[in-house]
Amino acid sequence: MNNLLVASEVTKSFGDFKALNNISIEVPKGSVFGLLGPNGAGKTTLIRIINQITMPDSGEIILDGRPLQPYDIQHIGYLPEERGLYKTMKVGEQAMYLAQLKGLSKTQAKERLKYWFDRLGIDGWWNKKIQELSKGMAQKIQFVVTVLHQPKLLIFDEPFSGFDPINANLIKDEILRLKDEGATVIFSTHRMESVEEMCDHIALIDKSNKILDGKLIDIKRAYKSNTYKVGLMANASEDIKSILSEKFEVKPTSFKTINKEQQYNIKISDKDSVNELVNYLTTLGQLTHFEEVIPSVSDIFIETVQNN
Amino acid sequence: MNHLPLIIKREYLNKVRNKSFIIMTFLSPIIMVGIISLVSYLSQLNNDTVNTINILDESGLFTNHFEDTKGLKYKVLTSVSLENAKKLTEESEVYGLLYIPKINMIDELSESITFYSEDSPSITVMRDVENIIEDKVNVIKLEEAGIDAKTIEELRINIDTKLETFEGKKTSKLGSGLKLAFGGAAGYLLFMFIIIYGNMIMRSVIEEKTSRIIEVIISSVKPIKLLLGKIFGTTLAGITQFTVWIILMLVLTSAISTIFGVDTSAAQSQQQELLVQSSGTDTQHIISEVFLELNNLPITNLVIMFVFFFIGGYLLYASLYAAIGAAVDSETDTQQFMLPIIMPLMLGMYVGFFTVIENPHGTVSQVFSYIPFTSPVVMLMRIPFGVPLWQQILSLVILFTTFMATVWFAAKIYRVGILMYGKKPSYKEIIKWLKY
Repeated sequence: MNNLLVASEVTKSFGDFKALNNISIEVPKGSVFGLLGPNGAGKTTLIRIINQITMPDSGEIILDGRPLQPYDIQHIGYLPEERGLYKTMKVGEQAMYLAQLKGLSKTQAKERLKYWFDRLGIDGWWNKKIQELSKGMAQKIQFVVTVLHQPKLLIFDEPFSGFDPINANLIKDEILRLKDEGATVIFSTHRMESVEEMCDHIALIDKSNKILDGKLIDIKRAYKSNTYKVGLMANASEDIKSILSEKFEVKPTSFKTINKEQQYNIKISDKDSVNELVNYLTTLGQLTHFEEVIPSVSDIFIETVQNN
Repeated sequence: MNHLPLIIKREYLNKVRNKSFIIMTFLSPIIMVGIISLVSYLSQLNNDTVNTINILDESGLFTNHFEDTKGLKYKVLTSVSLENAKKLTEESEVYGLLYIPKINMIDELSESITFYSEDSPSITVMRDVENIIEDKVNVIKLEEAGIDAKTIEELRINIDTKLETFEGKKTSKLGSGLKLAFGGAAGYLLFMFIIIYGNMIMRSVIEEKTSRIIEVIISSVKPIKLLLGKIFGTTLAGITQFTVWIILMLVLTSAISTIFGVDTSAAQSQQQELLVQSSGTDTQHIISEVFLELNNLPITNLVIMFVFFFIGGYLLYASLYAAIGAAVDSETDTQQFMLPIIMPLMLGMYVGFFTVIENPHGTVSQVFSYIPFTSPVVMLMRIPFGVPLWQQILSLVILFTTFMATVWFAAKIYRVGILMYGKKPSYKEIIKWLKY
């Protein structure tokens, strides 16, 4: 069994509005799975169904090989996008309460909270009230509470909102560490650079339908356009662009460099090989920069959603 | 995994530790007792003032009939004209001047007596004065008709109807008052409890929504459990507060009456006097009757049914309050939904205090003691007057069936509502939620 979580043909409507239409996803064990989509696409609804907050109209969720059961909530840690804590409760008390709701015993909860508070350097906060903390501080508590019961499946909806870059990095590292320790992570965000950094798999949902999913690297391969970013110091003052345009699709581009070269994006056809391009370029001048253009998640996102 | 005790505990502790809750718990009885003491002190003060009334009696019929009472002194003016008497009265700043003109026929009196004063006189003063005049006029008229007033007095008989049930239990009219007091107190208690703690539940649901913690909780607990935990936790906090209130009130009342010597029952003494007058018996008699009546009250029935109706009625309304809390984003949005809750409650109170008093077993009282939204209050008021057991049980069955339905309904709204942000819901919207 390689998939920790499988959603098969999940459909959910709210009145006349269809929030999810036959969505199927497979989340491999030990992966970081990016659940992407524009606002209102249905991501949160899907996440809520996985958390058994909402029931699907049809379809099935399989966790670890078995249909999802009510007690499975203790195997899931969920950090919702709309999140908060009881403002008037003390940090320690609140964390203990939420931990016990997840099925931890009092002693277990206390032990693990101490570990996490030490780890994140927040052990002085135990007796503070949430309303005395800053938003970022409260988010840290929220993160601890989400992972405290050592769930198999972690679901983060916009986990970095409200964090400064330093703390965002800290949390990112913690998430990756949890993954290395065996947890599977579903990760929903609009920050494409963190998807790029963290996700192995992605699924893209738009207008209630899944329009793309798979291993990130495979998707990138499928979306690559045989385009290369080239920097060239021309031998003479020839018009390189028009020369190149005879054989390839050429677009000017720009990147940071220390040379004064000409910079182009060159797209070759499927018949052409990369070596030929390189050889040809060296005849025109000194090649200072050569790099395959790999589509970013952001590009893929925008392209697929716009084409949908 | 049983979350319910955990949730109840948190809700309870959270309420009980809340600063304003603690302040209210200890301040309210102090304020209440303070107000009661103040009122009784003021009414004593009021009783102590003595008003003087000048009397100018040109008819000469009443000269010796005005006897001073506790709060009223009469001063008969003789051989002055009306103008002078008015002037005199105004200057000497007495309460007023009663002018009885010279008359030929005794019947003329009914229209011709005038009372002059700076401000309008109090109703009680006028009643006293009129009573004296009427008594005298009656005697005169009887004499004119050739009947001796003494004979009339001897002929008068005081009827004190003895009330007895078919089972042979002796009751009295006093008992009706007592029953009313019991029923009224029970109904009113429930009414207050629902309003205070129903609101508290609603606010705590709204708090969870505005602090955005709800989705975190809902991912580990079923909404219905959270809803029930909230209701039970808040109810326990409410019972705690009520108990403290009652104990504090008792302690404070006795403390104040011993320390300051203020008789806090003075506020009610007037009613007691009336009661004594109407039943025409002395206080000793009344006390023994009260005990007889207390014995006659279906105490066991009352207590058991009080518990059941209290729980049923409270839970019914509490679940509705929770549903409202879930449907809205802030307390200001609750107005439009409060009316349908308050209305049946108020209706129950009005029916209880007007119709049940009039006729505890009349059609209106009966019907309203079956309708679940009014039955807790109305039935609690009726029970002291003796309601057949089957009626009580039928009413309870209806009440608890409705409670199940409302909880289902509230849970539906709750489940959807707690995750809805930013929308001001209409009734139409909420009905749509039921289908989600």
